[in-house]
Amino acid sequence: MQALYHRLKALFPLGELTEQRENLVFVTVDAAHLRSLLLQLRDIEGFTHLVLLTAVDWIETGEFQLTYLLGNRAKRQDIGVRVMLSREQATMATIHDLWPTAATYQRELREMFGIDFPQSPGVNEEFILEGWNDIPPYRRDFNTLDYAEATYNDRPGRESRDPATYMREKLYGEGH
Amino acid sequence: MKPELEKRIVKGPDGFEFEVDPIRDYFCETPPTVMTAAYSAIIEKLFNWARAESIWILGFGTGCGAIEMRPLMTPRFDAYRYGVQWRPTPRQSNLFIISGYLSVKTLKRVIRSYEQMQNPKYVVGLGSCTINGGMYWDSYNTIKRLDDYLPVDLYIAGCMPRPEALLAGIVELKKIIRAGKAEGANIYAEKFEWYKANQKRVIHDWDMPDYNW
Amino acid sequence: MAYQPDRSQYPQRRPDGTLDIDLTSGKYLKLWQGPQHPGITGNMSVELTVCGDEVVAGKTHVGYLHRGFEKLMERRTFIQCFPIVCRICVPEPDFNEYCYAAAVEELAGITSPERANWIRTLILEMGRINSYMMYLGGQAGSLGQGVIGQWTTYARDLMLDRFEELTGARIYHMFILPGGVRDGLPEGFKQRMEETLKEIESILKDVYNVMYCNAVFKKRTVGIGYIDPQLLDSYGITGPTARAAGVAKDVRRDQPYLVYDQLDFEPITGKDSDIYTRADVRRRDLLMSVDLIRQILAKMPDSGELMAKLPNVLHWQIPRGETYIRGECSRGEYGYYLVTDGSGYPRRVNVRGPSYTHAVALLERLIVNINIADVAALMVSLHTYPPEIER
Repeated sequence: MQALYHRLKALFPLGELTEQRENLVFVTVDAAHLRSLLLQLRDIEGFTHLVLLTAVDWIETGEFQLTYLLGNRAKRQDIGVRVMLSREQATMATIHDLWPTAATYQRELREMFGIDFPQSPGVNEEFILEGWNDIPPYRRDFNTLDYAEATYNDRPGRESRDPATYMREKLYGEGH
Repeated sequence: MKPELEKRIVKGPDGFEFEVDPIRDYFCETPPTVMTAAYSAIIEKLFNWARAESIWILGFGTGCGAIEMRPLMTPRFDAYRYGVQWRPTPRQSNLFIISGYLSVKTLKRVIRSYEQMQNPKYVVGLGSCTINGGMYWDSYNTIKRLDDYLPVDLYIAGCMPRPEALLAGIVELKKIIRAGKAEGANIYAEKFEWYKANQKRVIHDWDMPDYNW
Repeated sequence: MAYQPDRSQYPQRRPDGTLDIDLTSGKYLKLWQGPQHPGITGNMSVELTVCGDEVVAGKTHVGYLHRGFEKLMERRTFIQCFPIVCRICVPEPDFNEYCYAAAVEELAGITSPERANWIRTLILEMGRINSYMMYLGGQAGSLGQGVIGQWTTYARDLMLDRFEELTGARIYHMFILPGGVRDGLPEGFKQRMEETLKEIESILKDVYNVMYCNAVFKKRTVGIGYIDPQLLDSYGITGPTARAAGVAKDVRRDQPYLVYDQLDFEPITGKDSDIYTRADVRRRDLLMSVDLIRQILAKMPDSGELMAKLPNVLHWQIPRGETYIRGECSRGEYGYYLVTDGSGYPRRVNVRGPSYTHAVALLERLIVNINIADVAALMVSLHTYPPEIER
């Protein structure tokens, strides 16, 4: 995988290489070079299978991380391409013309993280939620417990404990 | 609101144009009424006996509990010997088994299906998630108490309940029906405003008539 | 003379590629198949636009089973996530447990013991048999053969008994913990398993005679729902659906995990890539699973560690990292993408179910120009489990 990284590094401004396993690496690239990097990986390097496309919310640094995971079946290798986006203006170019199935992922990201993919088919349609009127639920600043308590009624008598505290009490007794 | 539900002008085959308002025209909006008992106690008892012995379940698997319905239909557990069978349409069924957690999107479909069922009708909540949220007590998309939205006759606890528990639940429901205490549909009619208010509080895009049957 | 449908009424394409469907013209009808419909795979729905009895456009609607697992796991500790992951996919929950456990182990630097790996493989193969049994019942049921469902549900119940014996539960086993498995095999398990496998083989023989040799079944499935092998990569198609198109995509062979490199098997492929071939590939895959279970039971060690030593789960913190773990479930590639940030909670978990690509983008493409009556058979042949699409 080092050889692959050096080949790509000569063509694109890549960030550090993270070697997770011998056949799984992650690289970072800026949003402008993503499309040409994906095309290079798909057409020249043989990473033809888009395994998944997802996002991670790094709220502390105000960024979304988009992960495009590609697989090469012949060489048994996977590469994850990371793109960092600003949380404030989360817009990304669509790749549905490279992999038609990416449109589904982009629809989900639009709904669940609020990341926009202009011109992706049906990206503004509801995918999973219906009539949602709060901030996108997978963002870190959305608190699902508060929302559930405010929206749905509890049945009286249900006890909910903080598991860590409860386990500590059970294991070590009171006062710990 | 979806475009097909909006008012529009339709041109008929004879060239005559007329206005269509799908929500008003395609559904009847009259609220449900309370069904009174038969004039004689003996007749009512006979009715209840017949109702208890012909429980027809609506085949709508709303959650993971639906996976234990297949074993119930097959000879090993064989629910058919209790007079139970599964029907594909709400018009033919009188028992709605809510098999597990209900997301808000499914709740909307469940309410429509429930209202299309014929009286008298019964609801069984299957699994802990219909009772108090269960595993999904802090989820933003699942309801916690089913009886806020539909009148529930019986709950079966567990995650997920075994087919034996389901059979026990069905036997228990039969006892309730024979005792004349399964009045869910009448409760729904009596407290209609309260149920509708609860339902509309969680279903934000209410684009259907208040009552459809 | 063969039946030629009248296609003069069919919609034209606009310059941007979309179909010009005017619903008020009276030529087209919109039909909803699901969510309350006997011919749908679980709780999802397909919005069909039909012209006559032929589908001109279809649109998948999902989200009826959304519980927000990926959000809920962000507020649970690593060990608390373990009982909820199996609920993501109901008919084959063990892959969730395995993929999640393996991802946590990799990021935390734990190795699960050898014997635990053998038991994990055994459980995954047992789950595969369960899942295929449900599929066979559904595929036959979608074409009106109710009796196959009765037989396969009976066979599945036998396998559920073995599960109950081993793990204590029928559906949600919660057996594959991060670090290993809960317990070893009970006394006499191998012999009872062998009896179950024999019964399953004899049922499959009957299923083959009644379902696969049936003229009606053949007429309605051969040549329908063809998937071009060139679509495999662009649509992310994996598993038996890809193998039926002649490509031996099988994670068990391509990237062997657990003990699959010590087992003797070859991925099963078909040629014709239609509904019949997919059903046949799955039947042969099921028989291969039976064979694999026999191999596992013969080769597995009878003694040894079952759990690696875990840190105190109350204070279990995993350093920052990200990984992707995949396995070959009965529908295709099942994967977990796990991101940790050094705290005691996962930062992000993403579940990649095979139905995610099969049932949305691919189904919407395949559904065009088939009869309304064949929609259910086509959908079942993609082996869709909606909960893994929306989680």
